Amino acid sequence: MASFDDTWIVVPLYNEAAVIADVVADLHTTFAHVVCIDDGSTDASIEAAEGAGALVVRHATNLGQGAALQTGIDFVLAQTAARYLVTFDADGQHQVADAEAMVRKAREEDLAVVFGSRFLDERTKAGWAKRIVLKTAVWATNQTTGLRLTDAHNGLRVIRRDAAAGVSLKQNRMAHASEIVLQLGRTRLPWAEHPVHVLYTDYSKSKGQSLLNAVNILVDLVFR
Amino acid sequence: MNEEKIWIQVLLLLGVAVVTVLLTRSTADARHQAVRRVLLALFALVTAAAILFPTILSRIAHTVGVNRGTDLLLYLLVIAFLSFIATTYRRMKGTDRRITELTRELALTEARLERAGLPTAHQEPDGAAHPGLASPPAAAGEQADASSSAEAAPEPPGPVQGPDAS
Repeated sequence: MASFDDTWIVVPLYNEAAVIADVVADLHTTFAHVVCIDDGSTDASIEAAEGAGALVVRHATNLGQGAALQTGIDFVLAQTAARYLVTFDADGQHQVADAEAMVRKAREEDLAVVFGSRFLDERTKAGWAKRIVLKTAVWATNQTTGLRLTDAHNGLRVIRRDAAAGVSLKQNRMAHASEIVLQLGRTRLPWAEHPVHVLYTDYSKSKGQSLLNAVNILVDLVFR
Repeated sequence: MNEEKIWIQVLLLLGVAVVTVLLTRSTADARHQAVRRVLLALFALVTAAAILFPTILSRIAHTVGVNRGTDLLLYLLVIAFLSFIATTYRRMKGTDRRITELTRELALTEARLERAGLPTAHQEPDGAAHPGLASPPAAAGEQADASSSAEAAPEPPGPVQGPDAS
């Protein structure tokens, strides 16, 4: 517990009242500092997150996940002394143990960025349609960013303070996942990938990215 | 020149005059406004000329290879419409960016106030006063959210000047 006192978990939160309390409670078993960026939720997400002990920063109106992520980064840089920030999805598909291992990896190998990747091992069970969408996104991201990643749209990342300062997301919607890779790559700081297990529950499947969303992501990236 | 024609001419001229005045009054920075006013004056003159001497339009159309003056107008209208879409899209993007920045600034300021305001609500003036790692996350969770936001909103100077000693 004490060894993660320099780490803040940033959770973009939008209408996840059903699961957010469990996600926050789960994170608190390892990490003391959890901030949820509420992106104008219309359900009881804020109460659930605060009830579970998370700090909640509220967007007055819905802006998109990219905007929430940027607000979280700004918050950690301006109002905490954190050395590492971890971006973590609110829908419960990430594992706290993976986040813990990634922070350890960043510390031990002196890395500025650790990207989670669900394709480095066989733990993650993704359907073929999702696989195609994600692989296409990876390909497009690698084309534009110059980094060679195996997984692009993975919300689990560890970002060291100096690397976080180089992030300024302009894409409010889903294309931010590629934009953040691009901007972290531009900092020229050392990075690595780490295998993570993404758990596709019925809940996360019902909220996940569809094939049509991949079209939106590509169009957003091309017509910046 | 028959009488019906004079009526439509008067109507059209009035319309052009009204639009010109409305557009001239809109505010923008000085240089853009000057350019816009010059263009507007030109527009008013050309339009008035086209209304008073309809044959001019046809003659211009013929010289650029268009059959009728109305066709020429249609083409110009399409160009004007497309440029309107382009400028409006750019302006909308700018507005979106400003809303994002405004919302973010508001969210971060609220968070700062709430965290600085914690000691007053929990009668613990020292220790938790700094926004940063000093504030225990457990304390944030215990707090009743409704009362804290209601307290922070009406009196922002309180937490800014320093936590209450009571």
